[in-house]
Amino acid sequence: MASLAVPKPPARTRRSLGGGVGPIGLGVATLWLSLIVLLPLAAVLTKSLEGGLGGFWDAISAPSARYALLLTTAISALVALINVVTGTLIAWVLVRDDFRGKSLVNAIIDLPFALPTIVASIVLLSLYGPRSPVGIHLYATKPAVILALAFVTLPFVVRSVQPVLMEVDREAEQAAASLGASGWTTFRRIILPALYPALLGGAGLAFARAIGEFGSVVLIGGGIPRDTEVASQYIAKQIETDRPASAAAVSVALLLISFAVLFAIRWFTKRKDVG
Amino acid sequence: MSTRIALRSVALTYLGVLVVVPLAMIFYRTFEDGFVAFFESVTTPAAISAISLSLTIVAIVVPLNVVFGLVTALALARGNFPGKGLLQAVVDLPFAVSPVIVGVALILFWGNDGWLGGAFPVIFSLPGMVLATVFVTLPFVVREVEPVLREIGTEQEEAASTLGASRWQTFWRITLPAIRVGVGYGVVLTVARSLGEFGALTVVAGGVAGESQTLTLLVHARYIDDHNTFGAYSAATVLMGLALVTLVLMTLLERRREA
Amino acid sequence: MITVTNVSKRFGDFTALDDVSLEVPDGSLTALLGPSGSGKSTLLRIIGGLEFADSGSVVIHGEDVTGVVPQKRGIGFVFQHYAAFKHMTVHDNVGFGLKIRKTPKERIDERVNELLKIVGLGGFAKRYPSQLSGGQRQRMALARALAVEPRVLLLDEPFGALDAKVRAELREWLRRLHEEVHVTTLLVTHDQEEALSIADNIAVMDNAHIEQVGGPRELYDRPANSFVMGFLGPVAQVDDTLVRPHDISLLSRPEGDAREAQVTRVSHLGFEVRVELQLGDGQPVFAQLTRTEAAQLELSAGDIVWLALTGDRDARLVSEDDRLDAVA
Repeated sequence: MASLAVPKPPARTRRSLGGGVGPIGLGVATLWLSLIVLLPLAAVLTKSLEGGLGGFWDAISAPSARYALLLTTAISALVALINVVTGTLIAWVLVRDDFRGKSLVNAIIDLPFALPTIVASIVLLSLYGPRSPVGIHLYATKPAVILALAFVTLPFVVRSVQPVLMEVDREAEQAAASLGASGWTTFRRIILPALYPALLGGAGLAFARAIGEFGSVVLIGGGIPRDTEVASQYIAKQIETDRPASAAAVSVALLLISFAVLFAIRWFTKRKDVG
Repeated sequence: MSTRIALRSVALTYLGVLVVVPLAMIFYRTFEDGFVAFFESVTTPAAISAISLSLTIVAIVVPLNVVFGLVTALALARGNFPGKGLLQAVVDLPFAVSPVIVGVALILFWGNDGWLGGAFPVIFSLPGMVLATVFVTLPFVVREVEPVLREIGTEQEEAASTLGASRWQTFWRITLPAIRVGVGYGVVLTVARSLGEFGALTVVAGGVAGESQTLTLLVHARYIDDHNTFGAYSAATVLMGLALVTLVLMTLLERRREA
Repeated sequence: MITVTNVSKRFGDFTALDDVSLEVPDGSLTALLGPSGSGKSTLLRIIGGLEFADSGSVVIHGEDVTGVVPQKRGIGFVFQHYAAFKHMTVHDNVGFGLKIRKTPKERIDERVNELLKIVGLGGFAKRYPSQLSGGQRQRMALARALAVEPRVLLLDEPFGALDAKVRAELREWLRRLHEEVHVTTLLVTHDQEEALSIADNIAVMDNAHIEQVGGPRELYDRPANSFVMGFLGPVAQVDDTLVRPHDISLLSRPEGDAREAQVTRVSHLGFEVRVELQLGDGQPVFAQLTRTEAAQLELSAGDIVWLALTGDRDARLVSEDDRLDAVA
C-alpha cells in the first residue's frame, strides 16, 4: 500500500499540453498549418528579398506596381468608409425598423459572402457593363472597382454593428431624449460611442478583404495598368509573365499594409476597452 | 416617423442597386432564351468537366479540413502550450491573405523554382488546386468548432471516462455529437468557399478547358476568352444556385444552433 | 476503503494539496468539507483519476490506482453541473457505462429501468436532459454513476447548483439511498450543514491540508482547531477563549467567575434569541439563548448582565491565531 516511488503520472502533462489530442495531435496540427499556410508564405517573403531590400524596393516602386498599390489602398479605404456609413444605416434599419420582408433583407446581407467572387463580378457586369439595360456603363472604370468591392464587403460592418445595436441600452436613449436631446444628438452622443469598436472592427475587416480582392474586380475592373488595375491583378500578371520576384515583393507589400491596418485596429479597440 | 421611412428607403435602395437588381438581371439574362438554352449551355463537355472538377475538389478538401480542423480546434480549445497565441494567429492568417497571394505562395513553395524544387508536381494540377482551396478554407472548421468546444467544457468527457469509455469512444460518442452543428456549419462554409474559389486557382491552375478548369474558371474563360457572355451567365447561375443552397443550409443550421 | 497517502498537487504556483493523507472507511458516507480553494475537489478528482497527484498514492479497496486511468478505477463520479450527455435520452445516459462494457441490450434495459425507479425517474426514460429540472438531472447522473456498480461513489458538490429546497430534498434522498445501496461514498461540499446532516464521517479541509477527520458530533463538540470550530458553526470569543454562543449563559446577578457585560442589542430569530453584548474591556461578544431563557431574563439593550461559560470544556478552544476573524 505504501508506495514510496510513485512514477510521475504522464496524464496531466498530456492533457494540458495538447488538450484532448495530446502532443501528437498538437504536432499534427502544427505541421499541417506550417505546410499549408506558413511555409508557402515564408517562401513569398524570401523570394521578395531575393535581390535584397534594394530589389524589393525597386519591385514595388515600379510605376505600375506603385500605382496599383496606391490605388488599391485608397479605394479600399474609401470602400471601408462607404461601409461604415451604409453598414450602420442598414444595421440600424434591420434592428430598429420593422417592415414586411425584413427577414428577407436580413438574409440578402449574407449573399455576398455566399456568392463566388467571380459571380459577383459578372452579376455587376450584367447591369453596369457594356450591355447595361439602364444605360450605366462602368466597365473598366474606377467606380466599377469601388462597386465590386462594396458588393463583396457589404456584410462586414452590418454584421458587426447589428448585435451591438441590439444591446444598446434603450433606457439611456430614452433618458437622453427626455433631457431634450434630438434624435440625431442622441445617436451621436449615446449610440455612436457604443458602436465604435464594432464599426472599427467591421471596417478593418472590410478593408483587409478589399485590399486583397481579385475575383470580383477582375471582369468589371478591366485591369487597365495605371488606371483600374488593383494590386492583386498586378501580382497575377507578374506571375503570368514569369516575374515571380516582383510578384512576391508586391505580395509582401500588400500583406504588410493589410496586417498593419488589422493590427492597428486591434490595438486601438483593445485600448478603448481598457480605457 | 418620416425619418424612419427615409432611412429605410436609403438602405433598401443601396441594397437594391448593389445586390438585388444585378442578381435579378443575371437571372433574366440566363433564362431570357428559355430553360433549354441554359441547360444546353451548362451541359457542354467543358461545363460538365468543370462541374465535376469543382465537386472533386470539394470532396477532397472537406474531409481534410474536418479532420485537421478538429485536431487543431481541440488543441487550441483544450491545450495549454507555449506558442498557442501564434498558432491562433496562423489559423486566422488565410482570412487576411489575398487569394492571388495564396497562389503565388504555393508556386514559390511547391513549384519548380520553389523551396521544394518541384519535388512534388502539384502546380497546374489537381493537388495544387486542392492545396490552394485548403489554404483559403482552413479557418472555417477550426473557428466554428473551437468556441463550441470551450462552451461544452470537459465535464461530459470526464463523466464518460469515469464510466469506462476510452478516449476514442469518448470522442465518437460524446464530443463529436456535441459539436456536430459547429462542424456542419464549418463544412457548409468550406463547401461554399471551395466552390467559389477563383483568385488562387487562376494562379495555380492551368485552366485548360476539360482538364484543369473549375466552374469559376469556366465563367471567367467564357466571358473573357470565348466572348460567350450567355455561357458565362449560365455557369454563374449554377454557382449562384449552389450559393443559395449554402445560404439555406446555413440558416437551417443557425436555427439548430439556437435551439 | 479508499486510502490516500501523502498526496501533493500543484497547479503552477498554486498548491492545491500539500502532503494530504485520508482514509475513507468501507460503506461510509464521508464528506470532504472546506471552503472553496481548500483543495477538496482536487483531492476528489485525484481519487477519481481525473487529475493525477504530483506525489503520494491512492489505494482503492487494496489496489494501488495512483497512475491508473479513471476508466479502470471502478468508480462512479457525479459532477456539480450534472455533466449530462445532452444528445442522449435519460435511458441512454444511464445505460452509457453498460453499453461501453458491451452489456447485452436486454440487461441494459433491465438495469436502467431498475435504477430509474430507485432515483424516482421511472417515467422519464425517453426524455432528454434538457427536459428535466436540475434536481432530476442530478438524480439521473447518480443513476448513471451507479449503473456500472462502482466500488466507490465520488460526488463533487452534487447539490451545489440547485436551489435550497431541492438541495434539502436531495440530501435527504441521498442519505436514504446510501442506506439502501451502501456503496462507499465520498462527497465534496462547502456547506457544513450538508456535511453534518448526511455524512457519518467528515474530513475538514483548509488551505491544501486536512484539518480534522471525525464524526459530525465529534467535530462539532471537539474541534481540533479554531478553523474547524469556526467552519462548523458560529463561534464567540470571550477573552482568548473560543466558545459556541449557545454555551454562553447570561445571569442577572454576579456568580462565581462570571463576567460583567452590557447588552447592546437583542434579536429575536424565531426559536433562538441572539444577544449582542460588550464586555468591560469593550470586547464584543454574542450569545444564543432559547426563547424561554431570554423571556426569563427580560433583556433589552443597555441592561447589565453576567456572563458564564457552560457546556463541555472540550468544546472550547483557546484562540491561537487570527484565522477566526475571517470566519466569524
